[in-house]
Formats: sequence, structure tokens, C-alpha cells
Amino acid sequence: MNNDQLPMSVSLPEETLRKWEARGVSRRDFMKFCSSMAAALALPITFIPRIAEALEADNRPPVIWVEFQSCSGDSEALLRANQPTAAELILDYLSIEYAEVIMAAAGHQAEKAKHDAIEKYKGKYIAVVEGSIPMKDGGVYCTVAGESALNIARKVCGNAAATIAVGSCAAFGNIPAAAPNPTGAVGVQEAVPGATVLNLPGCPLNAENLTAAIVHFLTFGKLPAVDRLGRPLFAYGKRIHDNCERRSHFDAGQYAEAFGDEGHRKGYCLYKLGCKGPETFHNCPTVRYNEGQSWPVMAGHGCIGCSEPQFWDTMSPFYRRLPQVPGFGIEATADKIGLGLVAATAVAFGAHGIASAFRRGDEMESDKVKKEE
Amino acid sequence: MSKRIAVDPITRIEGHLRIEAQIDEGKITNAWSSSTSFRGIETILKGRDPRDAHHFTQRFCGVCTTVHSMASIRCVEDALKIQVPDNARLIRNLIMASQSVQDHVIHFYHLHALDWVDIVSALKADPAKSAQLAQSISDWPKSSATYFKGIQDRIAAFAGTGRLGPFQNAYWGHSAYRLPPEANLMAVAHYLEALEWQKDIIKIHAILGSKNPHPQTFLVGGMSIPVDPDSQNALNADKVAHIRKLLRKARLFVEQVYIPDLLAVASFYKEWAGIGGGVGNFLAYGDFPMDNSGGTENQYFPRGVIMAKDLANVQPMDETKITEYVTKSWYTYSKGDDKGLHPYDGETNHKYTGPQPPYEWLNTDEKYSWVKAPRYMDQPMEVGPLARMVIAYAQGHKEVQDTVNFVLGKLGVGPAALFSTLGRTAARGIETLLLAQKSEVWLDQLADNMGRGIYEVHNKEKWEPSTWPKEARGFGYHEAPRGALGHWIRIENGQIANYQAVVPSTWNAGPRDPMGQMGPYESALVGTPVADAEQPLEILRTIHSFDPCLACAVHVLDGRGTEIIRVKAL
Repeated sequence: MNNDQLPMSVSLPEETLRKWEARGVSRRDFMKFCSSMAAALALPITFIPRIAEALEADNRPPVIWVEFQSCSGDSEALLRANQPTAAELILDYLSIEYAEVIMAAAGHQAEKAKHDAIEKYKGKYIAVVEGSIPMKDGGVYCTVAGESALNIARKVCGNAAATIAVGSCAAFGNIPAAAPNPTGAVGVQEAVPGATVLNLPGCPLNAENLTAAIVHFLTFGKLPAVDRLGRPLFAYGKRIHDNCERRSHFDAGQYAEAFGDEGHRKGYCLYKLGCKGPETFHNCPTVRYNEGQSWPVMAGHGCIGCSEPQFWDTMSPFYRRLPQVPGFGIEATADKIGLGLVAATAVAFGAHGIASAFRRGDEMESDKVKKEE
Repeated sequence: MSKRIAVDPITRIEGHLRIEAQIDEGKITNAWSSSTSFRGIETILKGRDPRDAHHFTQRFCGVCTTVHSMASIRCVEDALKIQVPDNARLIRNLIMASQSVQDHVIHFYHLHALDWVDIVSALKADPAKSAQLAQSISDWPKSSATYFKGIQDRIAAFAGTGRLGPFQNAYWGHSAYRLPPEANLMAVAHYLEALEWQKDIIKIHAILGSKNPHPQTFLVGGMSIPVDPDSQNALNADKVAHIRKLLRKARLFVEQVYIPDLLAVASFYKEWAGIGGGVGNFLAYGDFPMDNSGGTENQYFPRGVIMAKDLANVQPMDETKITEYVTKSWYTYSKGDDKGLHPYDGETNHKYTGPQPPYEWLNTDEKYSWVKAPRYMDQPMEVGPLARMVIAYAQGHKEVQDTVNFVLGKLGVGPAALFSTLGRTAARGIETLLLAQKSEVWLDQLADNMGRGIYEVHNKEKWEPSTWPKEARGFGYHEAPRGALGHWIRIENGQIANYQAVVPSTWNAGPRDPMGQMGPYESALVGTPVADAEQPLEILRTIHSFDPCLACAVHVLDGRGTEIIRVKAL
């Protein structure tokens, strides 16, 4: 779809457009946003007026954004958002009641804002959680205003209409949960089993997926369909490998053998340099980052699998290529892939995939893998 | 009258910071800085592939992203004696400089400005006067009365909804705000402009490193972005031109918006040139290598140490003189908590002994923070833009001297004013300007290499662990936006045997040591006036002037144990 204009068959009420204009959002920008959201969510264009309706000024959904064991990378990712921009999100689309990185108030004034919002919008607000939650030793490894992350999460997520776990830490525990997981870190769903959680992993998440998820919620009043790991299918329904711009090189058996070599410069497949795209479900190749500028494979570095649970342990060493596993030729569904890495790897390298990886008879390379192990 | 207050969370920072402070007669007389979150990444790194470490360490921080990758690959390169190709040096310089420029502007407008700028007051401004003010200090084109009226209308419409979101419950109308409404309106306009600008210029990281935050492009031995003018999958002429355009956009904003705003705002707050001085000792590792010798002599920002504000005596920096203490930190050392350890021998054995949550106060007589206390020759040191600028200034760095003197002259103050809350904020602007200007030179050099057919980005000589010695150790440094950053690694049998990071906010936010010496935040807070203990805006000014990067909090405490005011809502 052309992002610059709405298709002729769809129009938005004049009144709506005027309202947005008064708030500093041009007609063009607003239409562009609605149509790009429809595209992001893979919705027919007839849904555009419904999206616009959901975004009506006075319906700005209250959002409480809490941070636990995080690096604030997901908050920063939000600042890089493009459709809409961070300024539009803050002023026009959302009512961000609490977000430590951007809010003006501090200390008890900030805490009051959070508690007031929980009371006032009980059952109606969206909770956003960034960072993992440490469960060990009574939660002493992360406190805010003297309260443990776990208690805050129970309160904030327990009273929300829905919780969005942004980034892999909040979704699956991520780096604090990497072996030996010194603080007993877990993701939100595990820490607060009763909460309704949508996982948007990635390290950090892609802000475009967050805005798409929020708009989905506003438009349909429910969370999008998810895979067995709680990730929306619109963003995590396909393997990176399947959408990769370098897939044809993989199929043709053309690989970069070393960083900076001719194959690397020509954009050949990065499998031998450790790319984890075949085991990773994420829309990086299609949405990319920083307004569609680039993504790891496009910039010459393999995927590290950052949207998958425990990737720090299961995908590392990051520069070793995926191990050979038995099971060539077995086709499987996405559900099976979730069963474990071994299964995932088998699927990832369906018959012709693995065959082409070794088409050039690269025995030395496979020996090396064995030796290192 | 004495009061004790706690500010937790300190917002508009990265991480969890808590400050407790004691206020007597309207001034802070004692303060404690505590980080309230621990993840244990140093522990997680043990036993892993040293070439992977930079992916892990980059996740120390998502705000000053890139910096822990830089320090990490450099410590491994130091351990294995790897020299990186010239293209990698230049790409790294470009990534580091654009990180600093973007991060400093975000800090000024989005993390620090609201300590000085009253958004609500902007609603009362006469847009024509804002235009007049803007045009008097800069040639920036967005400066018409109509433009400022549009911004004001937008803010008014937002305020009219009655739902102020992140701007609710703040300190608007506080007596410590000094800007006239017209200056406030100008600053609010630039707050919004900077929000747009930062996401555009950081595309430099996407081009050179796939994405931001957390670019995926660093390698032990070089970089992973291929360079080849004849390929559409590598850094080519088209991408260089795109970067050039973004660098220019970055520089123009710094020259025409950030610096004029900084000078304009500072001129209303000159008393803050006498507040928030801190420990007065400064340390910089230096950075931005000007050649690829791997040496530390020829760096754009020089290395050095200044003790007791003595600008006449810059000492050489010797990393072996660094130790970390855990006397007041929630860790134990196997040979006693009062003994300092050099990072090569560092230990991260966490042992929490603080109050069980939920709690009201920390017991600051005992251990009270997750941050260790680093010391240089047993002295607390400030790191960051101010440290870098005074160390370069004192060594006669021409561009630094010229820019510092220009800023001091504009504000009508002497070099002593640098040692303050305002000086710290000004130094950040000064180095942003220098880096924004220098970046284009590094891009020219990269383009020149490409033109001469030099495409190498990665030295793979020692890529395979089989080429490594059985044991090795290395020190990797970087001047991150927030200051001197050091990573120390010990490699044994191809694996990480020990990994220690002493980050800028460890230096600045650290607690007391066994000698009872305060860390720089704590020391800088002493003497800070607080007009209203219920609204400790002044604490935020001094703490934010360091640009904290951790999960921390600040408390104010009454030493005589008289009246204790609980300002926490919980």
C-alpha cells in the first residue's frame, strides 16, 4: 500500500480530520498513520476508518509504563518510533501516566501519578512492562520507591486491561535470566500468571511492533492473535530466514566465509558467520529498524536470535554457525518448532537448506564446529 | 529545622536511582546515593566466548547503547594484541561520536531541561516575543511568531484535555524556575524538535550498524559492516552521502539550537555555577584515536587525571591505580570488604543486607547500594564531559580551550565556574559541539580510504580461539557520553575467566568508601539549596547534571534526628 495517501475508496470523517489538525497532526500525517497501521496489522483497507475512530482524541488510552531489571533500551526504542513519532505518541495518541525515562515528576510525586492512574483507570489502562522481574530472595534485586518489582508488577499488571511486555527481558527474562540467572529473573507472564500479557520480544523491541499492537487493541478491543510464546503473529509469525533478503544466496550456496571477504561485501548469506535467522521468529527483514533503514543481516552481521526465549544461552556462541542436527527433510509446523532448539534447527534447515549449506563440500568448516564443541 | 527526604525513583535517567538526603536550614548537609537494581551480568559472562561478550555488555545500558560494546571489544583486543584496520577505527569514531552527540542532546532537552524549564509557564508566553528572543540568539529558521504560536496552541490543546500524562504532578510553578514565559515556550518548541531530530540522526547507527538502540555491528578485531563502493550490500558512496547529510543535520542543530539554548538558559541560572561542585578530582581515559596505532597518545580527547581542581597539574592516568570498594555496597569480598580490589582481581559476590521491601528508608550506616565505590589512588573521581573538557583544557587542547573560553565569556564567568552543576551541563554542550564538527572529518577520511581501494574492516588474524594464548588479560576503555568507562577481562583457555566493568555511573554514583569519603553525587549534593523539601527540584538539577545511567534513588536525611518528613507516598 502506498503510505502517502489513502486509497480512493476510503475516506475519513471531516470532523475527525479537523480535530486532529487542531492538535497539530496534519491530515496527511494522520491518514498516513492509519493506513500504515492497517498495513502493519495486515488488515484490509476498509478497516482504516475503524482505526481512525479508535484513535479519537478523547479515547487516548491511559498507559502505565514500568521498568524493572532493564537497560531502558525499550524506552529508547519508543523514542525512535516513526509511525507515529514519540512526540505524537506522548501528546496525541496515548496518555502516558507513568514512564520513568520521560516523566517530569520524580520521587513521591511520580509514585502518586502511578497510584492515581491505577485507581482512576482500574481495568481500563494498558500496562507496559520493560525489564525482567527478579524472584530470588524476596525481590531485593530490584526495588522502586522501596517496593519490589514483583509487588509493583502484581499491582500494575493485575489491574490493567492488558499488559504488554516490551523487549525480551519483560517477555522471557532475557539477559538477567541468562545462566546462571543470579537474581532469579523471569518475564512478566511467569511472575504474574493471572495477567493478560502480550509479549513483544526483541533486544530491544522494534517500536513499530509496539505501536501496531496498541492500535490493534484500540481498534478491536482485544489483543492480537499470538503464537504459543504469547507473541503476536503479525510480527512473529514467520522465521527471519524465510523473509530474509539474502535467502536466495543461502539457497544458491553462496556464503560469506569471513567478515570483510568478497562474499561478505557482496551480501551473501551469513549462515557460516553464525546467523541465527533460521531459528528466530521476528519481522526484522520486512519492518527493519529506524524507519526501515536497516536490520542486522542487511548491515552484515548475523541475527543473534534476540526475540527467542533464553537466546543468550541457546544461541551462543553467536559466531558459531548453527550446529548440524539430524532430521533433514522433516517438515514441521511452527508449533513443533517451539518444542525445542533441536526441532527448530531441523525445521530451519529443511532438506534443500542444509544440503545447499554443504553443497560446496566445506569439510573443513564442519570439522571446526566439531572440534570447538 | 532538619528534614530527611527520599527521592525514589529519580526519573529521567537510565536505571533505578534513589537519593536520600538530609536538609538543614534549607540546604543539603548530607546525602546518600543508592542504586536499587542488580542484574549480575559480570557473573553471567563467566565461561563464555570472549568474542560474544560485547553483545552481553551492550545490554548494560540501552540509553548509552554502543558504549559497552566498544569497551568490551577493546578489552579483548588489548588482551590478544589485536590491531584494528583503519576503516574500523574511523567507523568506530563515527559511531561513538554520533552516540555522544545524539545522547547529549536527548539529555539536555528530554532528561535535564524540565529541571530548568517550566512548560506550564510557556502557555502564558507572547509568541512574538519568543520569536524575537529566538532570532536574537540564532539563525535557526524555525523561529517565527506563527511557528511558536502553533507550538503554544498544540500544548494548550494538550493541557485542555486535562490529561497531562508524563507532565502531570511535576514542579510547575516552583520558585526555583527562573525563565520568562517566552524562553520557556522556545525551549518547549525545541524539546519537540529535538525529539524528531534524535530519531533521524541516529540513522547513522542503522547505516553503520543495523539499528539503534543496540547496534549489531561490533567485532573483536574490527567491525562487521562491509565497505565496498562497488556493492549495494556494503558501505558505498550512496551510504556515505546519506551519513554526510545526517552529520550535517546533527551539527546544524547543535550549532543553531542546542548551544544557543544552553547559553540562554544558563544565563538565567548563573548562581548554579557556584553549586554542586562535588569531589573536584577528574579522570579521563581519552578517546577518538586519530591514528590506528592502537596507542593512547594521539586521541582527540586526551587521557589524564586532575586532583583537587588543580588545572596546572595534569597527571598521567595509570589504570593500575584503580580499585573498587564494597564497604557500603551489597557485595562481599573474599579477603574482607574494606580492602580495595583492582578490577582484574575484582569480585562480584552479591549479598543483599538492606531492608526487605517494602521499606521506607535505607540503613545508610551499613551497606546501602548496588553500586561499588571505585577509587583512583584511593580518591573518589568525577568522570564525564566535565572531566574530559577540563583535562583537555588544562593540557592546552586548542579546540577545547577556544570553545570553553567562548562559553565562559558569553556567560561572563571564569574557569572556576566549570566546577559546578552548571559547569557540568555546559561542558556537555561544549563537547557535543566539538564532536559534531569533528565527525565530518572522520567521514572524509573513511571516504578517502574507500577511494583508494582500502576495504578492510576486520582483522581476522586472531579471530579463531586456537590462535590465542592459554591465558591473557586486557583493559578496554572508552569515553562514553557519561564518562570514563573501563572493562577488564581475563581469558583462560578461550573462555572468560573474569570480567569486570567500572562504568561512569559507578564512579559518579558510588557510595562511601572505608575511609568515609563520599562519592561524587553525594558530595555534589552537599550545600545544594532546597526551597521546598516536598518538591526537591534542586536535587534533580545537580543529579541530572551528571546524566545518571543506572537504577538509583536519592534520599535527604536529618543528621540530628529531629524532624523527619516522609515525602514518599508509599
